[in-house]
Amino acid sequence: MTKELLKGNDAIGAAAIDSNCQCYFGYPITPQNEICEYFSEHMPKAGRVFIQAESEVAAINMVYGAAASGVRAMTSSSSPGISLKMEGISYLAGAELPCVVANIMRGGPGLGGIQPSQSDYFQATKGGGHGDYRLIVLAPSGVQELYDFTRLAFHLADKYRNPVMILGDGFLGQMMEVVVKDSKKSDNFEEPEKPWATNGCKGREKNIINSLYLDPAVLEQHNNKLQEKYRQITENEQRVDTYLTDDAELIIASFGIAARIAKEAVDMARDKGIKAGLIRPITLWPFPGKTFTSYSKVKAILTVEMNAGQMVEDVRLAVNGKVPVYFHGRTGGMIPESKDIVAELEKMGGAKV
Amino acid sequence: MSTTILTRPESLSDRKFHYCPGCSHGIAHRLVGEVIDELGVREKTVGIAPVGCSVLLYDYVNFDCIQAAHGRAPAVATGVKRANPDSVVFTYQGDGDLASIGMAETVHAAARGENITIVFINNAVYGMTGGQMAPTTLTSQVTTTTPFGRDCGIAGHPIKVPELLSSLEGATYLTRVAVNNPKNVNKAKKALKKAFQIQIDGRGFSLVEIVAICPINWRMPPEKALKWLEDSMLPLYPLGDIKAEQGVS
Repeated sequence: MTKELLKGNDAIGAAAIDSNCQCYFGYPITPQNEICEYFSEHMPKAGRVFIQAESEVAAINMVYGAAASGVRAMTSSSSPGISLKMEGISYLAGAELPCVVANIMRGGPGLGGIQPSQSDYFQATKGGGHGDYRLIVLAPSGVQELYDFTRLAFHLADKYRNPVMILGDGFLGQMMEVVVKDSKKSDNFEEPEKPWATNGCKGREKNIINSLYLDPAVLEQHNNKLQEKYRQITENEQRVDTYLTDDAELIIASFGIAARIAKEAVDMARDKGIKAGLIRPITLWPFPGKTFTSYSKVKAILTVEMNAGQMVEDVRLAVNGKVPVYFHGRTGGMIPESKDIVAELEKMGGAKV
Repeated sequence: MSTTILTRPESLSDRKFHYCPGCSHGIAHRLVGEVIDELGVREKTVGIAPVGCSVLLYDYVNFDCIQAAHGRAPAVATGVKRANPDSVVFTYQGDGDLASIGMAETVHAAARGENITIVFINNAVYGMTGGQMAPTTLTSQVTTTTPFGRDCGIAGHPIKVPELLSSLEGATYLTRVAVNNPKNVNKAKKALKKAFQIQIDGRGFSLVEIVAICPINWRMPPEKALKWLEDSMLPLYPLGDIKAEQGVS
């Protein structure tokens, strides 16, 4: 177990190196450039592959090739660059190739800005690319979790042969915190054998990596197989953190860096006698709907996001009309303030103790 | 008593090609298969199939194969080769895939000197989608999207890929061949073998352009298509080495 002061973006790189990631392919874009720079230094030192690709499109397709070869591979970018990777991500999902993609989000749409945002929630959890596919989406809320979830991401990618996205933001990527590298947390993260890899057919039949099925009946079978996998992931991998929810009458739902602010708001509300609590989804897909369902007796839920209201739709689906759901968000790189969140709770009729 | 005079290369599967009558893909596939057999690298070869008529390449070969997104084959090949440097990696791409949507990936793979081989089929049209203008479509050539003939003032000029790449330090071997007659087929095979050998020797990026016919989309019987290739295509796309390092043989 070691302790290090790390910048968020560097923590992703460190975790990938510790996860035996053999290939990283990237392209510069703010606010995630430190990830590329970290790999450019540390991959050659470890005898591994770093390429600065000609575009995000090329980078994700290099990941496709490396993942097909059976090695752990990743790429990273920020919002506009992730849009460019979406074609490749659909192919990776269709061909069932494991890989890790980090999105250090910035404000959009279009070129937007370079300040932190959470406005790619829809893109990450609802598709983004074409076709019926799902990414496993992990939402860290600190540098420790950037490290831990990157390690978890490689494990889940291999376990389910599926791309996994780390959905961070410019705030997380740029801040520094202490990271404890605890190998016990990754005890069961051993890399599985990959007999399906296209790494030369010596001693076996040829392997094919493909997402093309021209016969519609066969393509439907392939989709059914994917859906069954997604059902298993939904059943097994919902992860969530809760804070002071046991007696809560008002619950804040928030993920990533916004949840850090929401947690402070919960404390401030409690000081004012409002019974507030926090549900922080860690897996944005699969969305931890079970947890929300179990709190269907609360008076109301306030979803706090750094966007115009995206996760709030999943919260509403989860409680299915049983609880009123409100929204508070900031966009464009503006950060929600805890006092404003408390004011929202008061407006919602925060119950006094 | 029977005598075997020709067998299928071990590197090709027994699947029947789906290609149209007269199409050059069958010859090009066979040449790639023969070369991989002769170099003894079938068990470490990884082929990258494009989007286009040859998208089903993975069905016709008897070695590991990956289907890539449209134009991205050189990037996919880069990932495969860097992850597994002992593998022998080639892409098989048409003119639309390689020189239009995939031009960036093509140029940068060459610029990096990726130790891969590209087999580039130039038949001057988009075949699979039904004969639209390709980046290599000739001036005045009629296609389904240039119904009045390619007007270069509107639709741009044809691209000569090996010539375009020849200024790049990373490109080791750039050549153009055709498979329109037995003599040229033999030359094409030699070029392919040289290209793969350069990769096996770790000498960098190689690209073999194969000038090919597409009788169906050219709306010509195969014999007329072969003549059109000679009379119209070869003057614009002359055969021979565009770049070959000294000492590479």
